[in-house]
Amino acid sequence: MAIRERLSGNEAVAIAMRQINPDVMAAFPITPSTEIPQYFSTFVANGQVDTEFVPVESEHSAMSACVGSEAAGARTLTATSSCGLALMWEELYIAASCRLPIALACVNRALSGPININCDHSDSMGARDSGWIQIYSENNQEAYDNFVQAYRIAEHKDVRLPIMICQDGFITSHAVENINLLEDKEVKDFVGEYNPQEYLLNQDHSMAVGPYDIPAYYMEHKKQQAVAMENAKQVILDVAAEFEKISGRKYGLFETYKLDDAECAIVIINSAAGTAKDAVDKLRAEGKKVGLLKIRVFRPFPAKEIAEALKNVKVLAVMDRCEGFSSQGGPLGAEVKSALYTAGSTTKVVDYIYGIGGRDVRVENIEEVYGALFDILATGNIGETYRYLSLRD
Amino acid sequence: MANFKEIMSRPERLTGGHRMCAGCGGTIAVRNVLKALKPEDKAVIANATGCLEVSTFMYPYTAWTDSYIHNAFENAGATLSGVEAAYNVMKRKGKIDDTFKFIAFGGDGGTYDIGFQSLSGAMERNHDLVYVCYDNGAYMNTGIQRSSATPMYADTTTTPAGKVSEGKTQNRKDLAEIIASHHIPYVAQTTFIGNFSDLHAKAEKAIYTKGAAYLNIMAPCPRGWRYPTENIMEMCKLGVETCYWPMFEVIDGKWILNYKPKNKLPIEDFLKPQGRFKHLFKKGNEHYIEEIQKDVDKRWEQLLKFCEE
Amino acid sequence: MSSVDFINENINWKDITPGGEVYEGGTAADFRTGDWRVSIPEFIADKCKQCLLCTPVCPDAAIPVENGKRADFDFDHCKGCGICAKVCPFGAIVMKKEEK
Repeated sequence: MAIRERLSGNEAVAIAMRQINPDVMAAFPITPSTEIPQYFSTFVANGQVDTEFVPVESEHSAMSACVGSEAAGARTLTATSSCGLALMWEELYIAASCRLPIALACVNRALSGPININCDHSDSMGARDSGWIQIYSENNQEAYDNFVQAYRIAEHKDVRLPIMICQDGFITSHAVENINLLEDKEVKDFVGEYNPQEYLLNQDHSMAVGPYDIPAYYMEHKKQQAVAMENAKQVILDVAAEFEKISGRKYGLFETYKLDDAECAIVIINSAAGTAKDAVDKLRAEGKKVGLLKIRVFRPFPAKEIAEALKNVKVLAVMDRCEGFSSQGGPLGAEVKSALYTAGSTTKVVDYIYGIGGRDVRVENIEEVYGALFDILATGNIGETYRYLSLRD
Repeated sequence: MANFKEIMSRPERLTGGHRMCAGCGGTIAVRNVLKALKPEDKAVIANATGCLEVSTFMYPYTAWTDSYIHNAFENAGATLSGVEAAYNVMKRKGKIDDTFKFIAFGGDGGTYDIGFQSLSGAMERNHDLVYVCYDNGAYMNTGIQRSSATPMYADTTTTPAGKVSEGKTQNRKDLAEIIASHHIPYVAQTTFIGNFSDLHAKAEKAIYTKGAAYLNIMAPCPRGWRYPTENIMEMCKLGVETCYWPMFEVIDGKWILNYKPKNKLPIEDFLKPQGRFKHLFKKGNEHYIEEIQKDVDKRWEQLLKFCEE
Repeated sequence: MSSVDFINENINWKDITPGGEVYEGGTAADFRTGDWRVSIPEFIADKCKQCLLCTPVCPDAAIPVENGKRADFDFDHCKGCGICAKVCPFGAIVMKKEEK
């Protein structure tokens, strides 16, 4: 039985955590994810969960403690944003290479400097090559649903990788929306008990974690890790199919919106996809063939599937809520272009940097992007491929 | 406490076959701390990056008979906090029956310096674990660079004695005292003396005291200190007899001096056998040794006051 | 089967243990460091009073204690540092040049 509620994204994720009832949470507060450990501490204080909460003195120690706890055999999670994730950077790689299925609620916020507490994706995009599975959420419902699915993916024997569930700071984390929650028991049964095969606190035999790896072994370990990430793609789809059975909500690697016959389309991540869908509806009402592809799974990157979904698109804008300072656009742009090139696509692609540091994204801003794409379509002249949206010139 | 013969008859928990240098003091510290574990108890060891880590768990060779985790350089304290938290919840849920003890090892680089914050956090949260620093007074793993534990005027590769420099110009930090200020149940400082009864007793107290404990163990490094490997026990003895390295405990805030030399030796007795202080014995450099002596005297007097001696 | 029996420089990426985990303790005992020696200790059992002072000072756990008594050196692991010889009050350990 679904429970109808009105919750912010942070509340929704905290409730998912309570329903999962993990063994250990180690966290350090940072805006805008602070509420998650706050809500969770209340659950601990009221005996609603069995979790050990470790109130560490920094995010680096948060992820360090998570690595220790997960390696010890405990289901472990944390939450962070922005500079907190950046401070974890070294540990993110270690968690992934030690193959520890830790879950992290990432509430996306701009990286310093200058210091800015508002939404963009520079934090999680900065961690894109750390070996974490990354799943993004358009709204509080998706943030909740993705978190409920997280451990089933991360702990799968073919995967064993940490997972980051991302949502947009303030826009999703603090805005209260209607949401459907699952019953506690449904979540408990869906997620299941954590019984790792090997762990430090195994009473039957000792275990050693985190070796010095010489050149004769390091590469083999990395290939194995890379294959685990490839394996995650199918596992994500399988888990989504099971999740649909209990929730009625369908998830894939990405969502397409009116894309089938679209001539001009955009690729976008997280909350701005909602705004963009309104723009698509408006333009469709005007008879314009526009569509949208919203990334759900960024790591592993579903390159072939994305290229296939975009094969009929003539002009494409990739929307990056993050600078890459490559002088060519942002990280999503690089990934999408790489996917299209590999598939032999001739689609024209421009990369937009938008919404960084919390710059507002309105329907008319997205309409402006589609307008520019139609100009390219009409003239055949692509012009500047690395653009800023809503920048005062 | 078990007697010396019983302790030395306990199974080895750090096997041979590790790649630490011949005569390494760090390894002697670790072996003897682990000897204080009751044979029936299990342990999880956390290890900061350093000589000890790269030499004792070179894949697939682990010298540790207990479960072991190396995470990174600066976070043995936080890592072991996580392991201890996992133990608490798994024990509560009935997933574990056995007793596990938690011991972190770090060199002075991983403890005094880069791992200082993580250590402080773990101590302040009073996790039931022991953090052991094997203090050899420099970053030996990367090639003998100065640390905040390096004594003043030591010649290191980042504070080389040169034409206009006499080695490290700053004083060494007193980490045991800083950790004592965390008001944890047990802090102790020791080194290798005689039959190791002081070290064994302190390790046992540290491991079997509920809550956070910290052990500071001077563990000479023959490469970094530049003395012949066989002389390690003499180095430790001189460290203690000159009052450079006092042996004390802080139990629930009470300072206890464990050894008071009958005849306090001059600091140059400790400095002279070490190549890293060779430049101080050139003619005209006597005042540097006097300065070190004054500092040792000052710290010793302060310690006597703490211990109400 | 011990990990060191199947993990060697011929292992392929499919068979290697994830993250470099090792599922047992003490596998380093299989690694010989005795080859590093330039000096070798000789144990003169007649002179030994079994005070065991040599046992805690060994960095390589190369002086086995059995039934409360020290046995001869574990030459697979002894690196020849000479600390034991120096601490022995009875001259029961002497360092000699290693003959290879």
